Amino acid sequence: MDILSYFNYWVVMALMMLGFYIVIARGNLVKKLIGLNIFQTSVFILYISAGNVYDGAAPILAEGVEAYSNPLPHVLILTAIVVGIATTSVGLALVMRIYESYGTVEESEILEQDEAC
Amino acid sequence: MLSQLPILPVLLPLLGAPLCALLSRPVVAWAFACAVAVLTFAASTFLLAAVWQQGAMSYALGGWDAPWGIEYRIDLLNGLILVLVSGMASLVLLGGRASIWQETPERKRGMFLVAFLLCLAGLQGIAATGDVFNLFVFLEISSLSTYALVAAGKDRRALVAAFNYLIMGTIGATFILIGIGFIYMLTGTLNMTDLAERLPALAESRTAFAAFVFIVVGVCLKLALFPLHLWLPSAYTHAPSMVTVFLAATATKVALYVLIRFSFSVFRFEFTTLALPLETVFIVLGLVAVFAGSMVAIFQPDLKRGLAYSSVAQVGYMVIGVGMGTMNGVQAALIHMFNHALMKGALFMALAGIVYQLGSSQFSSLRGMGQRMPVTCACMVLGGLSLIGMPGTAGFVSKWYLVVAAADREQWFLVVAILAGSLLTAVYMWRVVEAFYLTPADIDGAAPKLRSEAPAGLLAVTVALALANVYFGLDSRLPVETAGGAAASLLGVPVR
Amino acid sequence: MEIFVDVVLLSMLVATAVALILVRGLMASIMLTSIYGLLSASFFVTMDAVDVAFTEAAVGAGVAPLLLLMTVALVGRREERTVSRHALVPLLLVTMTGALLIVGTLDMPPFGSADAPANQHVSPRYLQHTEAEIGIPNVVTAVLASYRAYDTLGEALVIFTAGVAVILILVPGDGRGTAQATLPDPISGDRQGIVHVVSKILIPFVLLFALYVQFHGDYGPGGGFQAGVIFASAFILYGLLCGLPAVVRVIPPTVVEVLAALGVLLYAVTGVLSLLGGKNFLDYSVLASDPVTGQHIGIIVIELGVGICVASVIIRIYYAFAAHLDRQRV
Repeated sequence: MDILSYFNYWVVMALMMLGFYIVIARGNLVKKLIGLNIFQTSVFILYISAGNVYDGAAPILAEGVEAYSNPLPHVLILTAIVVGIATTSVGLALVMRIYESYGTVEESEILEQDEAC
Repeated sequence: MLSQLPILPVLLPLLGAPLCALLSRPVVAWAFACAVAVLTFAASTFLLAAVWQQGAMSYALGGWDAPWGIEYRIDLLNGLILVLVSGMASLVLLGGRASIWQETPERKRGMFLVAFLLCLAGLQGIAATGDVFNLFVFLEISSLSTYALVAAGKDRRALVAAFNYLIMGTIGATFILIGIGFIYMLTGTLNMTDLAERLPALAESRTAFAAFVFIVVGVCLKLALFPLHLWLPSAYTHAPSMVTVFLAATATKVALYVLIRFSFSVFRFEFTTLALPLETVFIVLGLVAVFAGSMVAIFQPDLKRGLAYSSVAQVGYMVIGVGMGTMNGVQAALIHMFNHALMKGALFMALAGIVYQLGSSQFSSLRGMGQRMPVTCACMVLGGLSLIGMPGTAGFVSKWYLVVAAADREQWFLVVAILAGSLLTAVYMWRVVEAFYLTPADIDGAAPKLRSEAPAGLLAVTVALALANVYFGLDSRLPVETAGGAAASLLGVPVR
Repeated sequence: MEIFVDVVLLSMLVATAVALILVRGLMASIMLTSIYGLLSASFFVTMDAVDVAFTEAAVGAGVAPLLLLMTVALVGRREERTVSRHALVPLLLVTMTGALLIVGTLDMPPFGSADAPANQHVSPRYLQHTEAEIGIPNVVTAVLASYRAYDTLGEALVIFTAGVAVILILVPGDGRGTAQATLPDPISGDRQGIVHVVSKILIPFVLLFALYVQFHGDYGPGGGFQAGVIFASAFILYGLLCGLPAVVRVIPPTVVEVLAALGVLLYAVTGVLSLLGGKNFLDYSVLASDPVTGQHIGIIVIELGVGICVASVIIRIYYAFAAHLDRQRV
């Protein structure tokens, strides 16, 4: 059980760092949004892992089941997933308009155009 | 009715936004939005008065008591924020129609107003709640609507500014979510009061320490505390004028509220000072913000951008107050928060009038504006005097309290720094005065144009805000006593 | 066995994330994102988080790649290699964040334990009292729709805000309406093709399944949000096949916008009814003479509100993206 509990956590950390790295190190705006998505999803894994009970069942009340996993993180993450997709869609809408105005979605090229103004 | 009061300041804009989306004619939508904002302001004022009389009010949403359900908890601190945010929203909507109409194509005006009401609902929801996850949800409502409002600016750089704000804002919100996750793992609850009871037992926990750091960093991204301020100058500069007024007066204030709430009510300052040298960090970063922000502001060719950097500097003052951790310090920070909303509100509102007539906020275009738009320029100068901290203005009151708080702790270098910051602001405002009054208009010889003041509504609101600076400079009982009461409850007596 | 599945899924997730860093080119990145969403959903199933898995599958492997693909159809698949002027700064920031995360693990309670603080105090009460107080088996729905209903109203508002934001950003200011696309849509040319025939048969079943998920959410995994996404996907499928003008004829954008607002209002007004009944906002016990029946009514109504709002907003966002694409291509 110990390996499992800490393994989940190490993976969460790795995913957070990988996602965060993509957001800040990649210049393509769409790639940044993808990285943001990875970063946010890793947080979901953190919450869900925290709420898992090893011998428990899904938190739907049923006959004969004694232990359930914790329902509260599930509720929180449902909301967080909605927030994530909302952010992604607004971000992508902005990217489309930026492409229309600048002709590119690479951060470096956009900066060049703005500095030239 | 009285017991239902805590929900109204959030419920009104929350209902108003989708209703506004159903209205087809933009003028009708605008009138409706004004009504919603004014009603929200009225409800917030009654609520603050009620809290003054009977103490903190608690409200169980869904009829379920905390910590099983979500709780709204209104005390003097968030009561003041609710009044401030809804007041500014009302002023912006009432006076800003001409500016919004000019800067937004007709088809978008309706949705612009809906987004504005959503932003108001989000900010109010952040202030009123007593549940940390609920705070996160409403933070995202206000953030998403803000990104769209900033992107509605005419210049294409507004789009890039909005995108960068989205990236940085979402990283900040995700950090806050990580912090919430950690403290949930440690305590099993999301209610602020409940957390405050359970966290002291975990003072040694490194997980709690990491949680606090994540939350503070996330909030400081929203607060635009140096060095996490990178999104702010471009966002303020390229957003539509009225959006800048509203954001400058409210968004960072609410972020400061969240910082104070987490530092004092949830984590308790003893925890934070023992675990981290938070006091030092805040004071140092605050000082850097004050100096860097003010210096950069002086050299900006665009007045709007300069005022944005000035906001970064002013956030520094507020954080210094928080960092001091004494009652005087926190009180000073809260007073400055209130006054800064009035100052920047007046400055950006006056600037909106100028942009409405001129189409530009570059210093080179502003020469001789003192003659063309005398009232607007006078208001801007008044706001500037308040920013510097001239006696008789609201700015003087907050600077005074900051200096007294620093002197109390015998941190004389802080006193010197605060005064030096005012000096830099004075240099900056002198540039503005010089452009308005001392440089002849139209150096290239074209015929001087006649006076053309800002539209009536905009002008009225600008004058109101400028005069508010004077009023609260002379009679500062409301902000001072409310801030004092809030600081006392944050630091002294336990939360309940 | 469970541990083995868990380890495999999480390792694949990490591999996908690493691949995303190394890969250059947006098409491949989007495919990897979709895989990432599906793997996450599978992981959530092994963690007994069935509602979450459902939502993540619909969103992370469905809506998100869809919107990404539509964006890339406009901006192109090219992804430049980043000019590494300040290559160290991102690494430094990530390392600092990683260090802080490591510090966070040091005193963390072990996962999977029923005695962990996270699983004490508040959550056991939900599990123990849901049957008596709310009367439905799905505890997640009970918490989402009743105990923490206000958060879910916030969630509905978030998705509504996203719709408003996308409209504000993408709808053109100059009166060009949703495109009357004169270009033949590439897929719709072949009316007898396999994709067409199969999809047209599937669409009614998709809609029916959405309704099932909507109303069965009290008893099994499901609920307003998942149902809304599935419902929207039927319309999006039709739009992808037959072109934007065809689907716009079925539900015009203005109708969709009105429905989105009505969805949020349905939810909020239920709360107002509670106020009028003398109780606090979103207290469903006023809706019927018996509090548990009141809870049932309240939950069904607000879930419906969420479902309508989500479906409408996702359809509207699809319309906005598709119309923007058509204008650009014309």
